Amino acid sequence: MKDDILWQMAFAFFFTAIISVGGISTMIPEIHRQIVETRGWMTNEQFATAFAISQVAPGPNILMMTMMGWRIAGWAGLTVATLATVIPTSIIALIAGRTEERIEHARWYAMTKRALPPLVVGLICASALITAQAAINDWLGVVLAAGVALYMATTKSNPLVPLSVAVVIGIVAARFGFF
Amino acid sequence: MDSPKTDQEAEQKTEHESAPPKQVSRFELFNGFLMVGLFGFGGIAAAIYHVVVERKKWLSAREYAAVLGLGQVLPGANLVNITAVIGDRFGGLWGAVLALLGLTLAPILILVALATLYDQFATNPDVIAGTKAAAAGAAGLIFGTGYKLGKTILDNRTALFFATLSFVSIGLLRWPLLGTLAVLAPIAVAFSFWRGRHEG
Repeated sequence: MKDDILWQMAFAFFFTAIISVGGISTMIPEIHRQIVETRGWMTNEQFATAFAISQVAPGPNILMMTMMGWRIAGWAGLTVATLATVIPTSIIALIAGRTEERIEHARWYAMTKRALPPLVVGLICASALITAQAAINDWLGVVLAAGVALYMATTKSNPLVPLSVAVVIGIVAARFGFF
Repeated sequence: MDSPKTDQEAEQKTEHESAPPKQVSRFELFNGFLMVGLFGFGGIAAAIYHVVVERKKWLSAREYAAVLGLGQVLPGANLVNITAVIGDRFGGLWGAVLALLGLTLAPILILVALATLYDQFATNPDVIAGTKAAAAGAAGLIFGTGYKLGKTILDNRTALFFATLSFVSIGLLRWPLLGTLAVLAPIAVAFSFWRGRHEG
């Protein structure tokens, strides 16, 4: 039974990573679909909390996938999720990296580089929506998300700054009995 | 350690021809990416540039931009891809492995420690409120990133059109990513080809 879920996880994480272009943010909708909507390994709320914790920790954002794996099946899940996400795509990157000088001037490469970013922007906005729906259930959440979004959109500062402010506001609001 | 003089030489040479490969040991790769992982709060985009280009001077800004561009069209996490490529360039397969381990091992342990700590206090009202706020804020982070990227990328109606399609398919209709990309990506690339031809 346990091995069974690990194999399914390996496939879900591998599949999500290998079809994602544009980075971690674009993986959120698919991994959410896989582990929350389709397989029910996590609730929406657990997903939002795991994502939040992974955002507060240092390191690459890929650790969001690591965190999901840990939540689903402990250390074994963590290992499977991380390896399935990182290894196959890294192998592709490695091969591409060795041929970089050749493909850098290829026409299809330039065209692909121009064609993909708009799709990625759409995917990132979809991620934002899905994460917001999982994480927000009162107006304070809406205000905090909007505040952080506005701050990120208008400054170049580290994301940890607005995130910490949001946490403090959330705690204070709860202490004063607003929620 | 590398002297500034050889860096200047290397950079001057890359302007014309490729410079002789720079010597970076696998141990240095591990250490460098360990720094990237530990300094990279809220994503490692800034940290990786700081370490690889500014501090260690393994790559010039131009070389880094080329690798970054490559990482962005490949599947998976952009910056993890870049880590693998840079590790491989200086230390072969084992260089890539060590760079990836350096990048991820320490942050994974910190993450698990943080999550375990969270679980200990998960019933504390302050922790509940704080986590809820962090989760809402994290959603806001992604909105902000999307807006920032969109501002520079969606500068014409075609780009806006494709962005809207992928948003509606994934965000509103919740269709699978594979089908969405399998349909939209070829159309977008074909369109980009067609327009490139018409613009001459």
